[in-house]
Amino acid sequence: MTKHSVKWGAIALALALPFAAQAHKMWLVPSATNVSGADPWVTVDAAVSNDLFYPDHMPVQLDRVTITQPDGQTAKAENALTGQYRSTFDVHLTEAGTYKIAAVNGGLFASYEADGQKKRWRGEAADMAKAIPANAKNVEFSESINRVETFVTNGKPSDGALKPSGKGLELMPITRVTDLASGEAATFQLLLDGKPAANLKVMAIAGETRYRNAQEEIDVTTDKDGKFSITWPHAGMYWVNASTQDNKSSIKQAKVRRLSYAATLEVLPQ
Amino acid sequence: MRRLSLTLPAILLAAPVAAADLNVTVQIPQLNVAEYHRPYTAVWVEREDHTVAAQLAVWYAQKESKEGAGTKWLPELRQWWRRGGRDLQMPVDGVSGATRPAGEQKLSFHQGKAPLTELAPGKYELVVEAAREVGGREVVRVPFTWPAASAQQLAGQGSTELGAVKLDLAP
Repeated sequence: MTKHSVKWGAIALALALPFAAQAHKMWLVPSATNVSGADPWVTVDAAVSNDLFYPDHMPVQLDRVTITQPDGQTAKAENALTGQYRSTFDVHLTEAGTYKIAAVNGGLFASYEADGQKKRWRGEAADMAKAIPANAKNVEFSESINRVETFVTNGKPSDGALKPSGKGLELMPITRVTDLASGEAATFQLLLDGKPAANLKVMAIAGETRYRNAQEEIDVTTDKDGKFSITWPHAGMYWVNASTQDNKSSIKQAKVRRLSYAATLEVLPQ
Repeated sequence: MRRLSLTLPAILLAAPVAAADLNVTVQIPQLNVAEYHRPYTAVWVEREDHTVAAQLAVWYAQKESKEGAGTKWLPELRQWWRRGGRDLQMPVDGVSGATRPAGEQKLSFHQGKAPLTELAPGKYELVVEAAREVGGREVVRVPFTWPAASAQQLAGQGSTELGAVKLDLAP
């Protein structure tokens, strides 16, 4: 096992733990959220860290990144690079409309006891049988789906890229993601497997946490239709996060399914 | 000949009544800065619900480039961009043009004539937004009621990127 995969296992576990607020935060930050002109590009930072939005811990794996064009097709991440603390890639916005950039992490987790020691394993369901030793006791499986997104719009906004996949927690903007402004309320809908996720806690934290002494979390709860509103106290990049767990795993051995969603949204000054 | 001399003054008298005017003066301040670029500026009329009733002017860098000249930076006029700038395809005839130098920029618009078109009676705001490369951004709003019952001189005042914004309404 390489040093990297050990670290990856650790962060994946940390993200999957029920107390998500204490875990590291995964994020995608685009260099601009509204672009225009004949040949627009943005560059995106993708990392996992405690402070928003400073890459100081781990990069996001590039093979987890999907860029959805306004027409629903997938676009290629250009000039992609993974460094020690962050991955970066460019998006060439060849179409007019809203692009969705997502990183989806997931997998199967197992905890068990073997040879008198507590052990943990993370991987794909297909590798499960050979990864867990035959003498393992108290084996417990869980599945996780963690989705991180951001949005970039070239010219007039569009909805084609915003269609939910219907898997795990997802966000449907009701107020357009291009129209978020300080002092104004914005409404969103949280979905779980494509259906409204009612009564879930949603937390928003503004970036630049390094330059203040408190997280200044904004906490809201989704209503019966999965909807929630946030009034942005000031302009900036915000990390909006929700997490939950249930027993609806698609993997039959997994009793628990852990789900999380985070979006990076830009709020502009008036 | 006699008929003509009668009708001409009649037309001259009638004209101002039929075509209500909206005259705007935007003062772009002289700034003592190391690196100065003329500001991108947008002038528009907003309804009470913040939708755009008329796009009056947008000034941006016209120099050709691979990135589409100054159109790359139009979203820097943030409020204009989200209120309707992004719905336009540049250039817009009679609306878009080159950036303007410091000084008073005078604009005249007539009811029923592009770009003002037919403004329905009601409450509006004239909005002027300026954003300058390596500089700041400012929005000045001047509320008004349309059409004006009598000639009116309204004004707003910027403090950094804009100076006085005057709005003269002729009934």
